[in-house]
Amino acid sequence: MVEKTKGLKRVVIEPVTRVEGHGKVSLLLDEQHRVVQARLHIVEFRGFERFIQGRPFWEIPVTVQRLCGICPVSHHLAAAKAMDRIVGGEKLTPTAEKVRRLMHYGQILQSHALHFFHLSAPDLLFGFDADPAERNIIGIIKKYPDLAVQGVLLRKYGQEIIKATAGKKIHGTGAIPGGVNKNLSIAERDGFLKEFDQIFTWAKASVKLTADYTMEHLAELANFGAFPSSHMSLIRKDGAMDLYHGDLRCIDSTGKTIIDHVDYQDYLQHILEEVKDWTYMKFPFLKALGPEKGWYRVGPLARINTCDFIDTPEAEAARKAFFAALGARPCNMTMAYHWARMIELVHAVEKIGELLHDRDLQGTDLVTSGPRRGEAVGLLEAPRGTLFHHFRVDENDRVTMCNLIVSTTHNNEAMNSAVRSVAAEYISGKPHITEGLLNRIEVAIRAYDPCLSCATHALGRMPLVVQLIDHEGNVIEEKARS
Amino acid sequence: MSDKTITFTIDEVEVKARPGQTIMEAADEAAIYIPRLCSLKGLSPFGACRVCTVLVNGRPQSSCTQPAAPGIVVENASERLHDIRQDIVEMLFVEGNHFCMFCEKSGNCELQAMGYRLGMMEPKYPRLWPRRELDASHPDIFIDRDRCILCARCIRASREQDGKHILGFLGRGPHKRVTPDSSDGLVQTDAAVADAAVAACPVGSLMRKRVGFGIPIGQRKYDHRPIGSDIESGAEVPDERK
Repeated sequence: MVEKTKGLKRVVIEPVTRVEGHGKVSLLLDEQHRVVQARLHIVEFRGFERFIQGRPFWEIPVTVQRLCGICPVSHHLAAAKAMDRIVGGEKLTPTAEKVRRLMHYGQILQSHALHFFHLSAPDLLFGFDADPAERNIIGIIKKYPDLAVQGVLLRKYGQEIIKATAGKKIHGTGAIPGGVNKNLSIAERDGFLKEFDQIFTWAKASVKLTADYTMEHLAELANFGAFPSSHMSLIRKDGAMDLYHGDLRCIDSTGKTIIDHVDYQDYLQHILEEVKDWTYMKFPFLKALGPEKGWYRVGPLARINTCDFIDTPEAEAARKAFFAALGARPCNMTMAYHWARMIELVHAVEKIGELLHDRDLQGTDLVTSGPRRGEAVGLLEAPRGTLFHHFRVDENDRVTMCNLIVSTTHNNEAMNSAVRSVAAEYISGKPHITEGLLNRIEVAIRAYDPCLSCATHALGRMPLVVQLIDHEGNVIEEKARS
Repeated sequence: MSDKTITFTIDEVEVKARPGQTIMEAADEAAIYIPRLCSLKGLSPFGACRVCTVLVNGRPQSSCTQPAAPGIVVENASERLHDIRQDIVEMLFVEGNHFCMFCEKSGNCELQAMGYRLGMMEPKYPRLWPRRELDASHPDIFIDRDRCILCARCIRASREQDGKHILGFLGRGPHKRVTPDSSDGLVQTDAAVADAAVAACPVGSLMRKRVGFGIPIGQRKYDHRPIGSDIESGAEVPDERK
C-alpha cells in the first residue's frame, strides 16, 4: 500500500482486453519509472446477491445465471445444486445427475475452447509484442485458419450440448430444484456421437499445442507472473478430479495439505472474505492462515495440482506428462494454466463420450425431493475455478440471503500478484513503456481466464486505452487501440 | 342460423352472429383473430385491457364487450389498429416489472406472446419501475404483482367459477393492485391451488408454487405457434388456460 501518491505517475490499462467483463490495471511509477504499486481493479458492480432477495427459490437458477454470458451454465448448476438441498432432492436420479453432468462438461468444453482459441492464443501464437492489429482472433483466422476453425467447432460442440440439455445455448432452464426438466433424446445423442471422433481428435491436438508451446518457451514462461501460492478445488472421494461434485481440498505451494475432504456445506468454517476500498471484488482467504497468507488459486492449474489423478485415460496421460515436464506437484507457474486448461478440455470431451453411451440419459425419472431445508450451499468447478452459491430460503419459499463467491474472486489476490510480478520484471525502470510491455500484464491476467463481470464483449475490437497521468491528474500521454 | 342472424363485416369479410354475441365471439367463430388479453372464454366480458380495440363504423370499441349489430363495418387487422394495440401492450410492459428472460411464465405468457405477435421491440415509453409487493404467504400459490396487468381474470374466475369472493382490486391509478380479502395475505383466504382463478392468469402473476421451469424450452405453449393461431386455423375457440 502506497501512503502518498504525490509525485508519482499513474499508468492505467482500461479496459483490460480479451477477458470477460470490465476491469482496469493501474500502475504507480516514481520519477525513476519504478513501479511502486500495481493493482487490478474490478470497476463493475452487479448486485445480484441483493436483488434476488425476496424472490421464490425455484427461479434462482435461471435468474443468477444472468451474471454471465460465457459461463451461465456454471451459475445455473451451482444454484440448482443449492436448491436441490432446499427441496431435499440432493440425491438426484441417475438421469438428472447425468444430464446435468453432460451440460456441465459441454460448458467446460465451450468455455475452455473460447478462452484458449479466441482470447489467449493470439498472444501465444503471435508473441506478446506482436502488432495488436494482428494479435487477435481475426489474425488467428487469417494466419492459422485450420486452428481457428477447430477452436470455433470445439466451442460449437459444447454449445450444442448445452442447448440439448438446457434448452438454449445461453441462459437455458434445464436444471430445476431436485433434477432436470428434460432428458437427452436418442436423436440428439446420435447427432453428438456422429461428430465425436473429430472433436476428440481436435481436443487431443489442443493439449499438444499448449504442451509444445510451453516447453518451447519455458525459459520465458517459467517465471512469467509466477509465484508460490496455495491451490484449492473440489475433489472426488477417491482423490480424482471431479468438475461437477466433490469435497474441498486445499494444498499449499509445496503440496502440503491445508484442508482435505471438507464438506462444502461447511465452507464458512474455513473461508472468509476481506473487503478492500479500491475494488468491488472481495479477497477470500483460508481462515486457518489469515488474510495475508491464506489466499489461494483456483481453476485449471489449481485443479490439476490438487487432484491425485484424472479418471479418463487421455487426460490422465496428459496430466502425467505435464508434471513430468514441469516438475513435481504443485506447479506454481502462472502460464501453465493454459496447458492445464487444455488437459481439462480433453477430460471434458472424454466424459462427454462416456455419458453419450450411457442409456440413463434417456431415462424419464427426472426430479426428486425430500425433507425441506432452509439453507444450502451449491458448489462446482466452473471453467475458471470453484464457484460457491449459498442461499437461505424462508418458510414462504422466498430467498432471504445469497452469497456468491465466483472463481475470479478466489483468484483476485493471485491475479494481483501476477500483475505485480510482471510489472516489476518488465515495466519497472523502463524509460518508455511500449504497448507490448503493457500487454504482458494483460497476458498474465488472461492466463487466469478472469470473468470480471461475467459479461461478454465484442471480439476483435481491442478497445485498450492507456493513459499516463501526472501527479496533478493531467493526462500527459494517451495511447488507444481501435 | 335463424332469421335473427346478424350479418356484418370485419375487414370487408361478411360475418354472422347470433343476437347477444359480442363482435369478438362472432369473429372467433369466423376464424378471425382479434388480439386480446383480459378476455377469456367462460368469463364475463370486462373490457379492461383494450387490446381488442376495433373500429366500429370508424369509432374505437372494445370488441370483447361490444355486441355485434346488423350492418356494422368493423376494422380489425389494419395498420393503425396494429399500432394502437402495440402501444397498449408496450404500456402494459412499462407499467409493471416484466423480466421475460427469467420469468417462469416465459413461453406460456399471453402478454409476452402478444408482444411477439405484434412485433414489439423495446417499449418506446419510459419504464415506471413500480415498487410492488409479492404475496408468498399461501403454501401453494403466490401473487407476483410485478407481473400483474390488472386484467381481472383471476377476480372474475374466482367469483364466477370458483364461487369465492377472495380477490379484488384495491387502490386507483398506478396504485391499483389485486389483493386478497385479507390483510394477512392469501394464506388467510380459502384460495386453493386448483382454483380456476389460478389457471386464469394470463401472465406470471397468480401462480402455482414450485412449478418454476418444469416445462423445457421447446415444449411451452407459444414456443412454436403465435398466440391466436388456433383461432385463425378455425379450431375450436381456445380456452387459454389449457
